[in-house]
Amino acid sequence: MLDGTGMPQSAVVIGGASDMARDVLRILAGRRLRSVVLAGRSEPALDVVGRELRALGVESVRCRTLDVTAVASLVPFVSEAVADLGEVDLVLVAAGQLGTATLEQLGPGTISSLVATNFSGPAALAMEFAKHMVRQGFGRIVLFSSVAGVRTRKSNFVYGAAKAGLDGFALGLSGALEGTGVGITVVRPGFVTTKMTAGMKPAIFPVDAETVAKAVVRSLETGREVVWVPPQLRYLFALLRLVPTPLWRRLPG
Amino acid sequence: MVAPRDEAEVERLVVKEPDSFGRFSPRGLGRAYGDAAQCAGGTVVDCRGLRSVLGLDRQRGTLRAGAGISFDNLLELLVPRGYFLPVTPGTRFVTLGGAIASDIHGKNHHVDGSLSAHLENLRLVAPAGTFDCGPVQHKEEFDATCGGMGLTGVVTEATLRLLPIESSWMVVDTERAADLDSCLSLLSEEASRYRYSVAWVDGLARGRRLGRSVLTRADHALAMDLPVDRRRQPLSYRAPRVVEVPFASPLSLLRPATVSAFNEMWYRKAPSKRETQLQPLATFFYPLDGVGSWNRLYGPRGFTQYQFVVPFGAERALEHALEKLSGGRVASFLAVLKSFGAAGAGHLSFPMEGWTLALDIPLGVPGLPELLDELDVLVADAGGRVYLSKDARLRPDLVPAMYPRLAEWQAVRARLDPAGVMSSDLARRLGLAGPVLPSTRA
Repeated sequence: MLDGTGMPQSAVVIGGASDMARDVLRILAGRRLRSVVLAGRSEPALDVVGRELRALGVESVRCRTLDVTAVASLVPFVSEAVADLGEVDLVLVAAGQLGTATLEQLGPGTISSLVATNFSGPAALAMEFAKHMVRQGFGRIVLFSSVAGVRTRKSNFVYGAAKAGLDGFALGLSGALEGTGVGITVVRPGFVTTKMTAGMKPAIFPVDAETVAKAVVRSLETGREVVWVPPQLRYLFALLRLVPTPLWRRLPG
Repeated sequence: MVAPRDEAEVERLVVKEPDSFGRFSPRGLGRAYGDAAQCAGGTVVDCRGLRSVLGLDRQRGTLRAGAGISFDNLLELLVPRGYFLPVTPGTRFVTLGGAIASDIHGKNHHVDGSLSAHLENLRLVAPAGTFDCGPVQHKEEFDATCGGMGLTGVVTEATLRLLPIESSWMVVDTERAADLDSCLSLLSEEASRYRYSVAWVDGLARGRRLGRSVLTRADHALAMDLPVDRRRQPLSYRAPRVVEVPFASPLSLLRPATVSAFNEMWYRKAPSKRETQLQPLATFFYPLDGVGSWNRLYGPRGFTQYQFVVPFGAERALEHALEKLSGGRVASFLAVLKSFGAAGAGHLSFPMEGWTLALDIPLGVPGLPELLDELDVLVADAGGRVYLSKDARLRPDLVPAMYPRLAEWQAVRARLDPAGVMSSDLARRLGLAGPVLPSTRA
């Protein structure tokens, strides 16, 4: 059950080994978190996070391997996670893959895989959990979008386009869930220094995973629907959206 | 939501066909601060239909009434006839059933105890059957139900011993206390000299002014205390008009700056030396009820309350808590401090001998969840507890320490509701009815 300050006791985390998810879990473990299902592609990486969470006092941790692009495995995964936890207070969808934007490497396979990892897989999981949460009468689903989806550009346009899809899906789902007691949070981080961006040149206003995690936890407390990290990006992108295309394409980064 | 109109309908809901409703939780006026009468994914049983007055015995001074009747209605009935509620909270918008489920206390707890001490009987419709219980017959069921947060069954009616009064007026002494020490010593001094006593503490005052407060202590006025022109109708009572806050403020109007200014003004306004005046009942007992939907002033995130009690001797913990709260700049209107007398019989009843502090907490303030978690630990370590009726966020792991009779209560509850259909968000969040976790670990 979520408490009056939005803190969960049980959570499912998809992309459970990601830096941002891990930092969110560290904070929640110090609050009310008691049982977690961690899902991701690499079981050893999940185990590392699981061990840390147990050390932080989380009573029940289950790690399940999951490939969000394997459509047939999604519904069984949700049923198992629900059976593991009973009530699901929070679902955090942090799966994502930057992939490539090199034209030569982009074929039907790479494109559909990037779209499945960043959009259709997370969207399908959010949908399944949302249906369960509507039945239980409460819950919150946090989805990681990205400023890359606010206006796409050449350096990561497939990733950006997929995140744009997820962002739009999440906001629409949020509207559809009004009055059910189930809430959606869309997180739009800028450049985050994580495993995914290792070796890249930081863009404007870079933040670390912990800063994003703090903003996510804060959004649970306030119930905010859209969270920009850092918050200045909201205003920066309000302007960037208006920049004429020729100029936009010449901006660095 | 279902709204039964009589006991037969409650019995049908609770005993005969509970399966068709999933888990459910009884609700009175729905004014609780926390989630005690919410039941996500289940059914709320709206008990306001059970509001008949079943008998006023003027010889014995007792009242039998349906559990859905509000204190507001009871006051209109009782005061003109020379009776008052034996225990009343700071609002008259609660039902009798809700008051029993919280085993409410009032400003007279140090003299009169909590509500359960004044109940002769209550009728409990539990999934296991209907019980007429009281301090003698079915005492276990009675003790589990008083303060039982509505989790033992639905209370349909109760018989209450009333307090005879000669007038609808209060003789109120008001004075200021410059800091916590002087406030506590005033509250302890001849604790039983006044029937009602309470201190309103400035939750934002710090340093040497920590705990500065205005004490109001009172007794019911006798007819001879009234001025001559009032003596002809000493018991006249009209419920004060309620002025509504018309819409929810888009942001919280109660911020540290505005609240601090208000608290300053209100402290300065109070007399520095003891002053006596006559006040109507409602002015003394229900100062906030005059403003309808006042919660709207807190903006869209709303607020909760934090009320705890620590035993006498743990004054240091009380001071520490006030320091944390004022240091955290958690805009609190006025905090309410008073002393409790001995604990009652209810298994999960909140009051215990000691100091209790209650304050409004606007939700959404950064750092607040962590601050309240620290207070939970402070209170538990001092041997105290947090009030479940006002809670929306307590640390579940501390509940067994704060409520040492929890296991006893759970045993009675398991008998009354073997299938576990009575529930609430509060019960699920705190694991009151037993652990919610799956038993196996990966």
